[in-house]
Amino acid sequence: MGLLNFFKEEPKSSASVAKERLQVLVAHERNQRNAPDFLPAMQRDIMAVIAKYIQLDDDQIQVSIDNHDQLSVLEVNVTLPN
Amino acid sequence: MAKIIVVTSGKGGVGKTTTSAAISTGLALNGYKTVVVDFDVGLRNLDLIMGCERRVVYDFVNVINGEANLKQTLIKDKRSENLFILPASQTRDKDALTKEGVGQVLEELKQEFDFIICDSPAGIEHGAQMALYFADEAIIVTNPEVSSVRDSDRIIGILQSKSQKAENGEEVKEHLLLTRYNPKRVDAGEMLSVNDVEEILAVDLLGVIPESEDVLKASNQGTPVVLNQDSIAGQAYSDAVCRLVGENVPHRFLESQKKGFLARVFGG
Repeated sequence: MGLLNFFKEEPKSSASVAKERLQVLVAHERNQRNAPDFLPAMQRDIMAVIAKYIQLDDDQIQVSIDNHDQLSVLEVNVTLPN
Repeated sequence: MAKIIVVTSGKGGVGKTTTSAAISTGLALNGYKTVVVDFDVGLRNLDLIMGCERRVVYDFVNVINGEANLKQTLIKDKRSENLFILPASQTRDKDALTKEGVGQVLEELKQEFDFIICDSPAGIEHGAQMALYFADEAIIVTNPEVSSVRDSDRIIGILQSKSQKAENGEEVKEHLLLTRYNPKRVDAGEMLSVNDVEEILAVDLLGVIPESEDVLKASNQGTPVVLNQDSIAGQAYSDAVCRLVGENVPHRFLESQKKGFLARVFGG
């Protein structure tokens, strides 16, 4: 028993699970907070243009802005249906 | 030059009022003329923690509305020459605090005091925003627990966007105060460590207050815990006060107390 346990992978501590969850969440929320006010409206407009050609659900498109030192990157992620 | 420091957290019940009482009392003990202001309109509690609940006559909203002056309203602490309490109103709603009114009262307090400690209500609404708007520095009170850490990050975002300093392109100096810390549970992997929380929030550490039964005892008696120097929580608050005024004090109580051989044998 003891020997078998020795080879088993140690389960993650709940504290490290908490840390990982928080790091992902906080990064995401900071991004949203720093996003410009026009982003939701722009996302709607982009959606409308794409919807003229392709049938899409709301959750199949993500629009975000990443700020770097010298430049900001507008990222539009569209999942096309098969 | 008077310094305005807001004690804030986003989440309720993490120790804002306990901290406001301890830090303001500690500053006064160090010779700084200090006033602690309760911004929790409708849910006044600082008076209870400071042990002056029966001496409240007028309140913050009375002063803003011109119904009483500061001299009539400020309650002088019985234990320290240098400490005064400005209680919140128990009967009004939070909108009674206007930006102009709060600004005028703080400006008047600045003439008299070295430190103005603003005890923020929980949440991120009007009352909390009024408490932090005029702040030069902020003490972010956080428990090593997921919802508290997340809410702290929210309130940091508000400090960085909606405070007067932020509007003027300046920064509110932020300090992290980790409360209810239990090193034993950290060692067991059951609680976020100081380093974890510092890393997630990216705010300089002011202090770590260990979880202690003395904190409840202190509020039972209306005596700020910093006055109990037999208590590790009281000592940790004293250290935090020293750091707040620029002293370099090493952090204590971060390790769990390992029982010595004799203590283990005799169950000491």
